[in-house]
This record gives sequence, C-alpha cells and structure tokens, in this order.
Amino acid sequence: MKEKSKILKVILYAVLILYAVITLYPFLWALAASFKPLKEIVSGNPGLLPQHFTLDSYKYITGTSSLFTSWFMNSVIVSLIGTIVNLFLNTMAGYALARLNFPGRQRIYYGFLALMMVPAQVLLIPNYLILMNLGMLDSFKSLILPAAINIGNIFMMRQFFLSFPADVEEAAQIDGLGRISTFFRIVMPLARPSIATQAIFVFMGFWNNFMQPMLYISTPKKYTLTLGLQTFTNQQSGVRWDHSMAASIISIIPIIILYIVFNGYFLQGVRMDGEK
Amino acid sequence: MEMQKKSPKPARGLNGKHGQIWQAYIFLAPAFVIAAVFFIAAIVFALFMSFNHVNMISQQFEFSGLKNYIDVFQDDVAMTALKNTAIFSAIVVPMQTIIALLIAYALSTRGIKGKKLFRLVYFLPTLTSSAALTLIFMFIFNVTGPLNNFLISMGLYQHPVNFLQNPAYSLKVIMVMNIWSTVPNYMTVYLASLVDLPESFYEAAEIDGASAWQKLRYITIPYLRPITTYVLLTGIIGTFQMFDQAYIFSNGSGGPDNSTLTIALMVYQYAFGSMNTMGYACALAVVLTIIIFVVSRLTERLNGSEGLR
Repeated sequence: MKEKSKILKVILYAVLILYAVITLYPFLWALAASFKPLKEIVSGNPGLLPQHFTLDSYKYITGTSSLFTSWFMNSVIVSLIGTIVNLFLNTMAGYALARLNFPGRQRIYYGFLALMMVPAQVLLIPNYLILMNLGMLDSFKSLILPAAINIGNIFMMRQFFLSFPADVEEAAQIDGLGRISTFFRIVMPLARPSIATQAIFVFMGFWNNFMQPMLYISTPKKYTLTLGLQTFTNQQSGVRWDHSMAASIISIIPIIILYIVFNGYFLQGVRMDGEK
Repeated sequence: MEMQKKSPKPARGLNGKHGQIWQAYIFLAPAFVIAAVFFIAAIVFALFMSFNHVNMISQQFEFSGLKNYIDVFQDDVAMTALKNTAIFSAIVVPMQTIIALLIAYALSTRGIKGKKLFRLVYFLPTLTSSAALTLIFMFIFNVTGPLNNFLISMGLYQHPVNFLQNPAYSLKVIMVMNIWSTVPNYMTVYLASLVDLPESFYEAAEIDGASAWQKLRYITIPYLRPITTYVLLTGIIGTFQMFDQAYIFSNGSGGPDNSTLTIALMVYQYAFGSMNTMGYACALAVVLTIIIFVVSRLTERLNGSEGLR
C-alpha cells in the first residue's frame, strides 16, 4: 500500500513537472530570443541560450526610432483610467442593486443579466458606427467608454453587498453622514477585497485587449501595446523576431508583477467566476 | 445560486424612503447610460442592419428582408468558416477540459509540495495577452524556429515544416496555442472547487481499496460535474468567438487558403474590409449568436446537469 502511493506520487510529480515545462517552453524561447541578434535567431541556432548575448532589441524598442514607449504609456493610461472608472461604476451599480429599494429593481437586474449573454461580435459593428457618429474613433475614449462598465463585475459586487452588514451603514448614519458620503467614505473602503479582485481582472482586460484597439485606433502613435506588437511582424524587411520577442516580454511584465502582488485576490476572483 | 434567492435587506435607518430611491437612480444612472447606448441600442442596431443592405459609402440602408440570412447559408466561404469554427471548438473544448481537470486533480492531491510555484508557472499564459502569445507561438512554430530545430535534431523530419503557411497545419497550430493558453484558467476554476471536496470522501474510498484512478473516476469527476458544465459552456462560448489568435496568425486574411478563417474573423472582414457588406456581417454575427446558444444548451443537456449550481 505504501509502495503504491509512492509510485503514484512520482507519477503525479512527473505530470506536474511535464506540464510546467510545456507551459514555460514558449516563454523561455521568447525570452532567450529577445537577447539574441536576429541573425542568430533565423540561422537556426538549435540552442536555447544566446551565443552572442545582446541587449540591442531592448535598446532599439525603447529608443527614439520606435514608438514602443508611446504604446506602453498609452496602454498604461487606457488601462488605469478604464479600471478606475469601472471600479466606481460597477461598485455603485452593484450596491444599488443589492442594498437599495427602488421601483423596477428586479427588472433592471434581469435586464443586465440578459445583456451579459450577448456575444462581442454582435456589438462590434454597431458600436463602431455609434463611436464614429459620436466622433470618438481613433481616441482613447473609444477604448474606455463602451467598456466603462463590466456587467460580470456588477454582479460580483451585487453578490458581495448582499451579505454586507447593515449596521455599518446605520452607525455612519448616527454619526451624521449622508447617504452618498456613507457609501464613498465607509462602504467602499470596507469593500476593498472585492474591489481589488475586480481591479485586477478589469485592468488585465484593458491591458490585453486587442480587438477594440485594432478596430478603433488608426494613428500609429495612439496604438496600445497589443496593437503595436503586431507591427514588428509586418515589416518590409521581414519579421523582426528579435524586436517582437523583446516587446512581447516587456508587455507581460506589468501583469506578472500585478499577479505576484495580488496573488490572494486573484484566486478569490477566479473562484467567484467559477460560481457565477 | 442560493445567494440570489435571498431578497436584499433594505438599508434601514437611512434618511427615508425617497432618499433611497434617489440614491439608487444616481448610482445606476452611469451604468444604465452605458448599457443603453453600447449594449441595448447596439443590439437593436445590429438586428436592424441584418435585415438591410447597408451601403457605408452613401450611408444608406435598404430593407432587404431575410436576404442576408439566406445568403449566409448559400455562401461557401461562410460554410468554410463555420466548419473551421466547429472543428476548432470540437477539438479544443474537450482537450482543455480534460487537461485542466487532470492537472487540477494532480495538484490538489495531498502531500504534493510546491503547489504555489506550480500555480504561478501554470498561470503565466492566462496573464499574457493573446497578442503577445500568438507572436510567441508564431516564433516557436516558424520555419527556422525552435520547434523545427528540435524536430530535425530528433531526426523526426528531414526538412523544416512550414507550420504557419501550410493550410494542413495552420489551424492545428492555433488549436495547440488555444488549448495551451486556456487550460490554466479552467484548472484554477477546478482547483477552487476541489478545495470544497470533503477529504472524508477519499478516505472512505481508500478504506474500500480504491485506486487513484478509481477515486478520480468515481469521486472527483462526478463531484465536479456542475463545474464541468460551467467549463464546457465557457469553453464553447470562447472557442466559437475565437478572433485574436486567428487574426494575428493570418494578419486578418484567414489564410493560408481560408484554413484559419473563423466566423468571428469573417464578421470582421465583411464589416470592415473593402466590401460594402455590413448588413451581411451583422446577419453572420446574429447567426453565430444563435449557434452558440443552441450548442451551449445541447451541451448542458448532454452533461446531465442543470447548469450552474
């Protein structure tokens, strides 16, 4: 019996390690390629480690001849503003749906629920035309405004506020705070764990979004990172694997840092998703 | 979803009934305006366009009845895209579900060390944008890339395989990439649910002499059935809407030879390409929605669960 469970453990570790290798393999090669000269990459050097280690790719993409730095900053701006707007709108809507009594609450709740099921492809074409008529194409507004709410997160906040203790609001009331200031000064700070979970996923959504920037943004200087990355493969002189791998690696780093810092919140978020 | 049954408690003691109603409307107004413009109006607009011939240059709409919808089913390109999408979904969804379940089972086994590190490594693809991932995979699979070098050095091939430009391979490469990048997310969903599986279930089975495989087969999998329904549905919705990877892989063309043309990519091409076919593209998008809905309901039935707990 003991022998058997030992063999089983070896098998389990083998599976886990094998899958870790499969997961890491592309990243390691991309990372290695970002430190190789292009010649070495395309000449088919079969080794993972660079023979001629160089930082040229990183120097090039962060230099003045490349728009990479602008794209990075654009992504930062769009993701940050988009996330902050989302946090307030989703939390306020979730709070209203959970804690406030008003006529039509159930109807609005089910209305949002129904909207969650509409696939992006249906919304894509009309939203493009709506943004065109609002004169917002080719601006960051086109990336932020239609995504200023996230219905999934409105539900997450609603669920959170359903079990939120009522005495907190009562105490604030006794202290003479009005409804609105109670919400912003007492309720929102207490909802921090849920709001942090929301923030991570919303930020990731903005940061990694490709379809909307590709459709709405046409001026290269206004590209976001995901869109800018593609320019390295569409060069006249052939695909610049060296530059594109370095740019890809840099694009991943902010999210990895976010993940490590907020590790606990991440799992909580996935958990809530899973129980939707 | 027991949470929903509880009716929300009214916030007692705040300044009166009307104050509450006003606060609710103020709090919901921004979300409501966004939803009204970019969701509700958009859906109505899309449905309207799908029954019209839309000329974007002259900004004219000409009612054409069901013509766009009939055209979808007589269009060979649409059938190719539908076939590609269906094959893609039929292979990717079962694979991602099975791998995610197995890895989650292995990772949740008692006495396995380094769980946190494994989880961090496994989670990397979920954190990475599809834009960066697709580039990395194109690099791995390109003619002079690491995979070709590996296959040749192993003596499996004499000449490098053009995975990216050969229609026989291109969709398969995207499948591998998609499975690889979606497994971690579903694995985490399974893991979160396995935490709640009472250890006594396994202990009872062990007393009866059950093997690891039997425990997986008769305890873990049945226990996870509701979550599996969730994973399958999300997988189906995700694969039927697959766009980024096919777009970047083919630079928007769906090539080589339409082998990577998905319905979502086709909607994009017909709406924003050189053709003046926005109405047709809307009809395609509506058809895609209906297909996703029908396939999802069928899967839910077949999995024998009443959907999400």
